[in-house]
Amino acid sequence: MSAAVTAPAASEEAARAPRARRPRRHWGRFLLATYSWLVIAYLVFPIAIMVLYSFNKVTTGLPQVSFAWNGFTTQWYREWSSVPGLTSAFWLSIRLALATTVLATVVGTLLALALVRYRPPRFRGKTLFEQVLFLNIAAPEIVLGASLLGLFVTINVARGFTTLLLAHVAFSIAYVAITVRARMAGFDRSLEEAAEDLGANPWVTFRKITLPLIMPGVLAGALMAFALSIDDFVTSNFVSGAAVPFPVWVYGATRVGIPPQVFVFGTAIFAVGILCALSSIVIGRKKA
Amino acid sequence: MEQSVLADHSGRVTAPRRGRPRRGRPRLGKALAPYLLSLPAGLWLLALFVIPLVVMLSLSLQTCNTATGSCVMTWHWGEFGQQLSLYHAQFLNSFYYAGAATVIDLVVSFPIAYWIAFHGGAKKNFFLLMLLVPFFVSFVIRTVVWEFILSDNGFILGGLKNAHLLPQNFHVLATGWAVVAGLAYNYLPFTALPLYVAIERIDKRLLDAAYDLYATRREGFLRVILPLTVPGLFAAFLLTFIPALGDYVNQQILGGTNNTMIGTVIQNAFLQNLDYAGGSALSAVLMAIALIGIFAYARLLGSRTIEEYL
Repeated sequence: MSAAVTAPAASEEAARAPRARRPRRHWGRFLLATYSWLVIAYLVFPIAIMVLYSFNKVTTGLPQVSFAWNGFTTQWYREWSSVPGLTSAFWLSIRLALATTVLATVVGTLLALALVRYRPPRFRGKTLFEQVLFLNIAAPEIVLGASLLGLFVTINVARGFTTLLLAHVAFSIAYVAITVRARMAGFDRSLEEAAEDLGANPWVTFRKITLPLIMPGVLAGALMAFALSIDDFVTSNFVSGAAVPFPVWVYGATRVGIPPQVFVFGTAIFAVGILCALSSIVIGRKKA
Repeated sequence: MEQSVLADHSGRVTAPRRGRPRRGRPRLGKALAPYLLSLPAGLWLLALFVIPLVVMLSLSLQTCNTATGSCVMTWHWGEFGQQLSLYHAQFLNSFYYAGAATVIDLVVSFPIAYWIAFHGGAKKNFFLLMLLVPFFVSFVIRTVVWEFILSDNGFILGGLKNAHLLPQNFHVLATGWAVVAGLAYNYLPFTALPLYVAIERIDKRLLDAAYDLYATRREGFLRVILPLTVPGLFAAFLLTFIPALGDYVNQQILGGTNNTMIGTVIQNAFLQNLDYAGGSALSAVLMAIALIGIFAYARLLGSRTIEEYL
């Protein structure tokens, strides 16, 4: 097309454009929506498989998941605790995640308070702190796990629950601090100042004013720490030693065959997690 | 008003804006507050993040007895060259697989991130939760399920074989494709969320302005949306590529013996061969690669910005 032809056509096109554009736009949006739902289906698909096959009968002698559908059963839910190693690994993971959550939330929240409130002249090293947090999150997890094992080997510490807890808190602090800090962005300092003006000491101010205000952020941080800890495999695999958490146990079982109870636990963790998330969305919407 | 211009204990006149002097707070405590608040986190990260990295570097220069696992410092710089020449193929595998998975994730998640940001409406949070849904299932279990889905006679390949659409000896497991598929699935949320944050932040009026100035939809996308999402694309790339580079779970469960990634080598060095020096050298190289990416990002776009995508 030459310029001479396009020039008169342009005005005509401009007049036509708003009407011509709409159907195409809807078509494009429809395609985009279909595509997006397909991606969501792709993300949900393996999870649906996991839930479905937690109800699959096993016909071979060894109780292992197989991908032939042998019929519906709730046997594995009734016998959820019949694999001793798996059950103890699961409870270990729960205890570990709870302990990690408490420690990482306290430590991370204090750090977030420091980072939100103070700037370099009063808080030297703040930039360094932020860089360390950033590196901690961006570093490949295998490097964190391997370096921790290197440390424990060098100072000759036996691997077990304590080393797991130390490691889990170490990788959770940064996430908690960043989550809490993000939720504190619109924090109104004048409320604290008002409390102090009315004679509250720092502790009372913190308990009665600061903590209730930052509570949603702290809870989000705590959930984050719990989720990170209960699902962690890479670091745990390096520092677990004799104490085997759930993901490490499952990984070990992949070589010999997975008992169906693994899917039962997987389904249970998924159900609890998704219920928490959905309820937080619903609560958030009611508040809004 | 006059109340606020009072002298505090030290006799200094406080600025009116700062209000009255506070009671019952020693000045030293106030000055120390930021340090006291950050002390526990600082000590924890120093002892269990910074020091381990230093120990790792030191271990990589030591010589280890692989039978007992005890190491002595020998300043053996050759370890790096030795390990790299032994395992450069595994490093390359890691680059290929993590790179392929990251590119797939960027391409797959851009449209959905765009859709949620622009057309998510009231259900935005629900859709975001759907993007995160894989995280509610243990990483190892997700990978195991993919092993079953992709298995030679599973319901996908088995079905296609029964329909004679695929040759009987066709297989995906134990190939690089299976590893890439697993990585792409497991790390998709790491790509989609930063992209969503980046697109969500775009001022929609810019797009309207472009259309008002007769931009076509294509131009609006290429010249408004895309340039504004570049930091997000870069963040998404890093947040997907770096963890995928060090991943070994997907390779171990889905891959075979001839597509080993560097993570597997590091894990075996530490946990099976007790070759702490070799494993540390390889980890140090991996960390250096990650650092190059991170510094490039920080240099181009500032270190604070990547946090916004987490």
